[in-house]
Amino acid sequence: MNPLAVKTLIVSFLCAPLFFIPAAHSETAEEKGLAIAMEADRRDEGFGDYTADMMMILKNKQGKESKRAIRSKTLEVTGDGDKSLSIFDTPKDVKGTAFLSFSHKVGDDEQWLYLPALKRVKRINSRNKSGSFMGSEFAYEDIASQEVEKYTYKHLREEEFQGELCFVGESYPVDKKNSGYTKRISWLDKAEYRLQKVEFYDRKQSLLKTLTVEGYQKYLDTYWRADTMSMVNHQTGKSTRLLWTNYKFQIGLSDKDFNATSLKRVR
Amino acid sequence: MQKIENWIGAVVVKYRWFLIPCLIFIALLSANGMRFLEFSNDSRMFFSKENPQLQALEALERTYTKVENVLYLLAPKSGNIFEAKSLEAIEFITEQSWQIPFSSRVDSLSNYQHTKAFEDDLMVADLISNAPSLSPQEILDIKEIALAQPMLLNSMIDKKGSVTAININIIKPDDGSYEIEDVTTAALKLDQLMKDKYPFLDVYLTGGVMIDAAFGEAPERDIRSLIPLMFALLLFLIVISLRSILATTATLLVIIFSTITGLGLAGWMGILLTPASANAPVIILTLAVADSIHILVTIFHQMRSGTARHKAIQESIRVNLQPVLITSVSTAIGFLAMNFSDAPPFRDLGNIVAMGVMSAFIYSVFFMPALMAVLPIRVKQGETEKSKAFTLLADFVIGRRTAIFWSMIALILLTSSGISKIHLNDEFIKYFDHSYPFRIASDFSAEHLAGLEIIDWDLDSGEEGGINDPEYLRTVENFANWFREQPEVRHVYTITDIMKRLNQNMHGDDPDWYRLPEQRDLAAQYLLLYEMNLPFGLDLNNRINIDKSSTRMTVSMPNIGTAGVLDLERRGREWLMTHSPDMTTYGSGLSIIFSYISERNIHSMLKGSIIALVLISFIMIAALRDIKLGIISLIPNLMPAFMAFGVWGIFVGQVGLAVSVMIAMTLGIVVDDTVHFLSKYQRARKEHKMNPEDSVRYAFNTVGSAIWITTLALVGGFGVLSFSGFQINSHMGLMTTITIIFALILDFFFLPTLLIKLENKK
Repeated sequence: MNPLAVKTLIVSFLCAPLFFIPAAHSETAEEKGLAIAMEADRRDEGFGDYTADMMMILKNKQGKESKRAIRSKTLEVTGDGDKSLSIFDTPKDVKGTAFLSFSHKVGDDEQWLYLPALKRVKRINSRNKSGSFMGSEFAYEDIASQEVEKYTYKHLREEEFQGELCFVGESYPVDKKNSGYTKRISWLDKAEYRLQKVEFYDRKQSLLKTLTVEGYQKYLDTYWRADTMSMVNHQTGKSTRLLWTNYKFQIGLSDKDFNATSLKRVR
Repeated sequence: MQKIENWIGAVVVKYRWFLIPCLIFIALLSANGMRFLEFSNDSRMFFSKENPQLQALEALERTYTKVENVLYLLAPKSGNIFEAKSLEAIEFITEQSWQIPFSSRVDSLSNYQHTKAFEDDLMVADLISNAPSLSPQEILDIKEIALAQPMLLNSMIDKKGSVTAININIIKPDDGSYEIEDVTTAALKLDQLMKDKYPFLDVYLTGGVMIDAAFGEAPERDIRSLIPLMFALLLFLIVISLRSILATTATLLVIIFSTITGLGLAGWMGILLTPASANAPVIILTLAVADSIHILVTIFHQMRSGTARHKAIQESIRVNLQPVLITSVSTAIGFLAMNFSDAPPFRDLGNIVAMGVMSAFIYSVFFMPALMAVLPIRVKQGETEKSKAFTLLADFVIGRRTAIFWSMIALILLTSSGISKIHLNDEFIKYFDHSYPFRIASDFSAEHLAGLEIIDWDLDSGEEGGINDPEYLRTVENFANWFREQPEVRHVYTITDIMKRLNQNMHGDDPDWYRLPEQRDLAAQYLLLYEMNLPFGLDLNNRINIDKSSTRMTVSMPNIGTAGVLDLERRGREWLMTHSPDMTTYGSGLSIIFSYISERNIHSMLKGSIIALVLISFIMIAALRDIKLGIISLIPNLMPAFMAFGVWGIFVGQVGLAVSVMIAMTLGIVVDDTVHFLSKYQRARKEHKMNPEDSVRYAFNTVGSAIWITTLALVGGFGVLSFSGFQINSHMGLMTTITIIFALILDFFFLPTLLIKLENKK
């Protein structure tokens, strides 16, 4: 579930590296948007692997809350999308269920779900990536590894958001047919290229959801990860918060921690 | 009182040049508020915030999702959906429907998430994709699947495979950015596009949003079509009864001023126009006529007997001020009693009409006579048209009083007995007649598919994740199966169907495994796997609450009316009480609230009606200064409503929301005739010392024709209302018309004979 985690999130969205700016006169908004996304991606390169704990808190319009606890492991893959593994600890009916995903820069991601009650691994049709993830307001495509290649970009403007000067840009899914969105508008701070806010627009171009990311901390003196991600669905009034704790980097994970057999071993 | 009446008459004549512009200014100033008037288009406007059924529905909506819908029905003229071109049309409309503003979910045959086993995996995919490329065999397979899915059959597709539905959920945002026109315009455009692009299809459009829009459209239609009709009718009546262009003009000014004052004040007060309250202008126009007619008839009467114009005006005010004030106040009380109604539109209607009626009183007493004092009206003197007809009528009534008295008693008993045949029932689809396209579409839907009446059941397992408990699932399944056995039920949506299907899929599609999983964690994990596979907008969040402790089951019926809905809901609740007491809950949904509304309104209005009755009776007693006459007056005041109910019971039987306000409303109106008749009768008894027979004759001669004319105006006015395309209004109009006719019959035939009988007994 690393995806959620941020490398990714950070990665995606905008901002031209500062040193590009002088040359930016002839640069189009699209080129600048892409350049910003690439720079954000570049800054998160090399983290290797990490684990973290996540608490997912769902809230409906009635104000009622429900929680799910998830542990996640992420492995950086050079030249392709990351691999990630999420293990559900609660609700207790799905305890031990594990979700494995291989994201790809080009083509559909691959996903598997291990069902402990059945002791079997089931492949998931990853074309349906736009649906709700565990009943939350996050879709798989929101939390999957945000590879630069999965979107096209357009830089809009720079503006201050919560005290930070940000690049504001639009990104459009390349896989239009299977995405739930027509576009996203992202705020990425200029100083560190961290994702601050994203607005998601649905198929009829209406604002559907807003994600805000808070509590960034720096790990290994290089990689920024957030504590809190809040997604509000403006249409249904429901919301989901993700609270991240216990980040551990470069603990020596490898490919063999991310395959079908490893799924069954997770506790 | 005499003094005041004389004084007002004198003031009106003396200060005519001041009063005329002053009152015109007041009328225009109040009318200025009309610019704030807006139409409400929300079918929920009929429910007050305190309505417990509405509160229950809103709680359910906050737990799952509040949805309104737009519903298309496609029916190929060939009678067969399962052809490539029809399937392509379904795919197209499904795709396009996502573009309808505020849409959050589109469900159709094509995007139905069909599950099947594939090798060892679960495949979840659209039932239909890329229809033109499908082979005849593939289409046959799709048909077989579609007709076998309990989720689809009778909901999205009929048994014959001839009609299919596309349901679009619309979420109204809370931030006020919702404009219903945005949705209806887009929906109608798509409707047209489908008809143009696929001429081999019949396309129907309905759904909650279209109904809401019709609620907004109804008052506009009524105002456009009924008011001109009403106006023409009144004009005709006034001209023939007054035979004076100037007097007619003055009367028209009074009724126009009264109407725009009533509406203008409503605008200043921020009242929203609803299909019910938009009747206010028609009703004010009708009621405002009476005051002027009574005053004018006396003026002309006086002038014909040789009184000078200004003197005649003063005399008319002296004679009429009290009865006109009493009738205005009693009418206003009757309408104000509508504030007891649980349905806000009726409160608004009552308040607007009450304001209109009181302003009619002011304009009739201060403006119209002042105007008459200025205008050069003339009448031929000596032509005192002692109405022969009314003399004959009086003689007839007095001569045959015993026979008439008993036939009246018989008539009252006979008609009132029909009340026992009355039953409460509202069919909110039928509020609108067939001139509304959505009504035709709704009837079509009720005929072939599930219909628009639904009962939602929020089935709570009592613990987090409890919906995966095999026992819970079994109970829900049994509950659903029980509903499916009920003759009026067309479709039941329950997640247990998904669970059974998943269990089968996970066992290589073996039909023996089409049953509920027997382990809780297994059920939870199947569901998780399934949910992970669902695309945007098609998740189960509108069916399962966030902590997976409860699910929503939806039972659909064709238009069975509120009585049927209530009965089914009660039986469902009893089933739960017997089989799963912990899960017992009330069914919910718009159908349910509408089902309770008539009953709630009749209860709430009962109090209002009694208070109105007591107040009006007190006024009658005080005005007549006679307790006995006051009590006698109750009979012709109250009985007409019962008689009308009885006649309705005999000929129609079914009454709904409209009738709840009837008693209070008609009481205030019919009391007028009684007041006029009794006050003249009493004047004859006291001032002229006549015996009861001669007093009756005197009353007939003096107010008979005015009562006749005002009754005609009322019958005409409410008769026009009965042509409304909105059933609440047409029923109210028709019932009121019947009531007024009975009131006239009782005032002319029963009241006089009763008076003579009682007074001669002494």
